[in-house]
Amino acid sequence: MSEDILKLSPLQLDALREVGNVGAGNAATALSQILNRKIDMTVPEVAILPLSDVPDIVGGPDAMVAGVYLRVFGPAPGSILFLLPKDSAFDLVDMLMGRPRGNTAVLTSIDESALMEIGNILAGAYLNALSYFTKLTLLQSIPALAIDMAGAILSVILIQLGQVGDHALVIETEFTSEFEGVKGHFFLIPDPGSLGTILASIGVRE
Amino acid sequence: MAGQIKVGMADYKIGQSPASLISYGLGSCVGIALYDPVSRIGGLAHIMLPDSTQARPSDNPAKFADTALPLVVQDMVKIGAVKARIWAKIAGGAQMFTFTNTTDIMRVGERNTEAVKNTLKRLDIRIVAEDTGGNYGRTVELFLETGIYRIKTIDKGEKEL
Repeated sequence: MSEDILKLSPLQLDALREVGNVGAGNAATALSQILNRKIDMTVPEVAILPLSDVPDIVGGPDAMVAGVYLRVFGPAPGSILFLLPKDSAFDLVDMLMGRPRGNTAVLTSIDESALMEIGNILAGAYLNALSYFTKLTLLQSIPALAIDMAGAILSVILIQLGQVGDHALVIETEFTSEFEGVKGHFFLIPDPGSLGTILASIGVRE
Repeated sequence: MAGQIKVGMADYKIGQSPASLISYGLGSCVGIALYDPVSRIGGLAHIMLPDSTQARPSDNPAKFADTALPLVVQDMVKIGAVKARIWAKIAGGAQMFTFTNTTDIMRVGERNTEAVKNTLKRLDIRIVAEDTGGNYGRTVELFLETGIYRIKTIDKGEKEL
């Protein structure tokens, strides 16, 4: 059987959830500071899903989303994807730019940079916590942005995973800002070989 | 409105007029519509990767261009299509994110399109229309009554192949 992720124990899944929790907590704090607003987050989900089911997390493959994508480099490479429903992304840009909400119909290149920078900061906060927790030095690439169908954006990651199996291990947190109705999903998707490294570093490798 | 058959990622379905086959949100994946205009039997495959020989063995042949397409043809022939009449229309194979140093993995859309073309050539099936590349997602639908292949995008409009 080629798929190691189907053999994870409950203890290992719990440990990964904790990794996600520490990372997402740090990222939520960063986001809250930039926006000067209270940000809530869900307890991270660690899910092992058939590849084709992953887009359902964000509303199905044809949902309109903005996605900021970064690669993670270092001993445990992977992908980070910050996905927001398109309306949330536009509201977030309005907040960042100090414009009245609902003013954005098309993103200017400055708006796009702002969104990428948000992704950058969130990923940095997340990886910092993760590096500290695992004692692995994890670095991030520059961010890339796309506004399109969720299936199309996620396919970038799913294709990489598809080379070794038919399932994805997804560590996912949902951020919400209560008053503004802005929400986003933060995904950490370890590359196939990285999972063992992460588990070993936190002492739960079987 | 006739039945609409949904095709997921790394999957394929076949059907017969007046149904339609639809697949949502293709990025770097390629959606291959195969159609026999006489029997009005068609198939839609949503492949993720170019080549089964360059990946770990999988239980799912529908994931790869080289293994999915022969199966679609075989299933279509089984319910009455004639292989010599089958043509193909293809769409997808985008590159969703652009980095300055584009690595092989980022070019997978292009490689998928190439692999689909090679496989179709090997199967001796001609490509009558194509809408591939770019940096945007596509939803594709094959209407089995007419053979029209409709491509929807978010801001590049809609077209019929």
